[in-house]
This record gives sequence, structure tokens and C-alpha cells, in this order.
Amino acid sequence: MKFLLDLVAGIGAAVLGFVALIGELAMFALSGLSHIFRPPYYPRLFARSLMEIGFYSLPVVALTALFTGMVLALQSYTGFSRFNAESAIASVVVLSVTRELGPVLAGLMVSGRAGAAMAAELGTMRVTDQIDALSTLSTEPMKYLVAPRLLAGVIALPLLVVIADILGVMGGYIVATWKLGFNPSTYLVNSFTNLKVEDVSSGLIKAAVFGFVIALMGCFHGYRSKGGAEGVGAATTSAVVTASILILALDYALTQVLFIK
Amino acid sequence: MTPKIRVRGLRKAFGAKTVLDGVDLDVMPGTGLVVIGGSGTGKSVLIKSILGLVTPDAGVIEIDGEDVLKVPRPRARALRSQIGMLFQNGALFDSLPVWENVAFGLLAERRIKRAAARAKAIEVLAQVGLAGNVADLRPSELSGGMQKRVALARAIAPEPAIMFFDEPTTGLDPIMGAVIDELIVDCVKRLGSTSIAITHDMASAQRIGDTAAMLYQGRVCWTGPASGLLAASDPVVRQFTHGLAQGPIQMALRR
Repeated sequence: MKFLLDLVAGIGAAVLGFVALIGELAMFALSGLSHIFRPPYYPRLFARSLMEIGFYSLPVVALTALFTGMVLALQSYTGFSRFNAESAIASVVVLSVTRELGPVLAGLMVSGRAGAAMAAELGTMRVTDQIDALSTLSTEPMKYLVAPRLLAGVIALPLLVVIADILGVMGGYIVATWKLGFNPSTYLVNSFTNLKVEDVSSGLIKAAVFGFVIALMGCFHGYRSKGGAEGVGAATTSAVVTASILILALDYALTQVLFIK
Repeated sequence: MTPKIRVRGLRKAFGAKTVLDGVDLDVMPGTGLVVIGGSGTGKSVLIKSILGLVTPDAGVIEIDGEDVLKVPRPRARALRSQIGMLFQNGALFDSLPVWENVAFGLLAERRIKRAAARAKAIEVLAQVGLAGNVADLRPSELSGGMQKRVALARAIAPEPAIMFFDEPTTGLDPIMGAVIDELIVDCVKRLGSTSIAITHDMASAQRIGDTAAMLYQGRVCWTGPASGLLAASDPVVRQFTHGLAQGPIQMALRR
């Protein structure tokens, strides 16, 4: 009997803790968003965040997109050739990259690079009293630390995804024309014949949402970290893991909303 | 005369652990109070409550006669903006150069131009005995004593009416500790500020405080002149200031 009571109490405590965490996260997100629109603004910090999230993530996102496009063309060829459907490869590559792989892979890469860095930086600031110091110097930490990063995440990721889309399609083109013997102009015509504006725009909408999620998770876990180096490490891990899971879950939800009429 | 800072019945618990259990304090304008007490007795929680970094469970915290826990938030923020804080570990912003650390409050508050803020920062650095050539260094490039001076420069740059010092000499050698104390006394006197310092260092407490208060079991158990700390007859104060193994504090730990 005692075992059952302990079990129920444990489950109850976990559920309550989870609900409290969701509430805390929602309040944090709303507070961060509201500070984006209220002065004072910190354009230098926004520019710095844009560089850290966007520019410095460019190499890893570019390489990921390029090789993904190449692999996609190769895999599609080996599969589609069984059904004599090789001509669909160009469309498959361009639609897969713009709709799904560009935003999702860019999101996961940026989460591992910039999201982790954000959590580590804010976490270190928390455990060394730097966030408290901001408050004592007439500066609202949410406005100074969180709002510029959220905004930068929303803007940087779609820009990265535009580049990832181009490089992903280019990767498919390189493999299709150099390795698989496709005619270059025919491949390009096939690529863009079936591509619609919505395919690209839906990917960019996803990217903006993923950018927000990455910045939110990085800031949230870093901001509330405690317990010294161990706490900062845990915050960094949590930021990457939660952002990655949310990216994959939101990808499904957004696909449902954007494509299923 | 209205105290610059008045605390009544301040209570704060973290879960089952009661840290502050009805703290009463008065700090008169232009005077320096030193709060002493063992580790975990709530000294930091006390000043963080006054600063608004910790929300107390109950009590009154008045600055210039206004209860910062009751007045509207913008007014509370304005009252607290008079406070400059020197953190125990400096809490310097490691992503910014020294001059931006020092001028941070000025840039945040008064919106002065960056060039003017840099010049002001170098002027304040000189007041704490640092040459202008440290202005462009990062905090990580400075020694512990220099970091403490930069942190002090950052706290005094906005010329606050109230200053808090959280264990200002911790981690410094005795000579550097004395130098920092001297700078603190000099800055506080020059600005005419009211100050609260928390420390374990008895020599430092006597140098920077006019009055002293001892926190024990969540309350102020003794107040008196800082210069009389070592001569106090109160058994708790006597045990703490003389670092005696036997006494009421040890008994409380054993219980």
C-alpha cells in the first residue's frame, strides 16, 4: 500500500513540476517577447546575436545542406531507378530540401551550436551574479539579454535556411549531373517546374519558428541555471535537447497546418 | 530623522528553511552599517531583498521612508536605482572591456554618448587607483585585486546615494584587503553615501563600518558601534568575532 502511495505521489509531483515548468516557460517567453517591442532597445546586442546565431553558424549549416542534397540525390536515384522514375529526382530533392530538410537540419545544427552557446553564456552570467549585477545597474536583464537573442533567432534562421536551400539543391545538382549523368539544363528545369512559392515560404516560416524556439530554450535554461559549473553544463544540455525535440515536434505540427488543407 | 533604510520584520524562507525570521534594521543617512554573521545566516538574502533580487515573504523595507514592497513597481525601481552594489566576486561582465563595465550604469541610465562615457570611466578608474591603460582590457586579464577595484569603480560611477558591499575583501590578501577598504571608505565619504557591508573579516568590518549588526538565527541579535565589535560582551558576538570553537553558535550547530 505504501509503495502504491509513494508511486502515486511521485507521479503527481512529476506532473505538477512539469506543469509548473511549462507555466514558467510561457511567462518567460511572453516577457521576452514583450521586451522586444518596448524601449530601450539594444541594437548592438541584437547585431552581435545576429552574428553569433546566423553568420557563425553559416559554415556548419552550409556543409550540412550541401551533403544532404548530395545524399538525397544519390539515395533517390538508387530507389527511383527501380520504378523507372529517375526524372522525379530533381523535384524530390528540391521539395525535400525547401520544405523539410533545410529548416529542420539548419534548426538542429544551430541548436547544437548557437543554442548551447547561449545557455552556457547566460548560465555562467547567472552563477557569477552578472545577471543580478545588471539589475543593480538600472538594466532589465530580460530586455538586455533575452529580447535581442529572441529577435535575432527569428531573423537569422530564415536567412540561413535560404542559403541552406540553395546549397542543398546545388548538392543534388552536382551529384545528378556529375555522377549520375543527368543533363544539367533538364535537371534544373525539372527542379523548378514543380517548385511553388509556398514550398519555400513554408520552410522559411518553419525556420522563423525554430529560430525562436532555439533562442528561447537557450535563454530559458541558461537564465534559470544554478549550482555552478555543473548547473551550467546541465542547462546547456537541456537547451539543446529540448530545442531539438521541439523542432521535430513543431515541424510535424507546422507541416500539418501549412500543407494539409 | 528618517532612516535612509529601514527594515522591519523581514522574513524569508526557502522551502522548510527559514533564513530571515523578523529582521529589524535602521541605517541613518550618511552612515555605514556592517552586517556580520556566520555562513548561511541570511546576510546576502538581506541585501538582495533590499535590492529587489529576492522577494521576501513578509516585512517592511523602506528607502527614504517609502516601502519598496508596497509602492508601485516604477517607484520601487526608482528608489532602488539609488543603490550601487559591489558583488563578492565582482560580477564584472566578461564580454565587455573594463571601461564599458565601469560606464555600464551611466550608459544604461543617463544615455550619455559612448565617448563621454569612456572618458568618465577612465576618470573613475583613476579614483580607485587604476591607470587608463586598463580601460580596454577584458576583466579576465586583470588580477583579483584589480577586478575588485574595477567592480568598485562600476558601483560608484553613477554616484549612488546608497552603497552595498558584499564581502568586499574576500579572496584578497590582507594588504590588498586594506587597500580596498580604504578605497571604499574614501568613495563613501566623498559621495556622502549611506552604506551596508556584509563581511566575515573583523578588521575590514571595523575599518568600513560606523555601526555593526550581528545576524543570528534569522534575526539581528546585537547592534553597536563597529569599533566595539571585538570588545562586545554579547556571547554570540564574542564567539563570532574571536572565532571561538566553544559557545552558543557551536551549540546551535550541534543541535
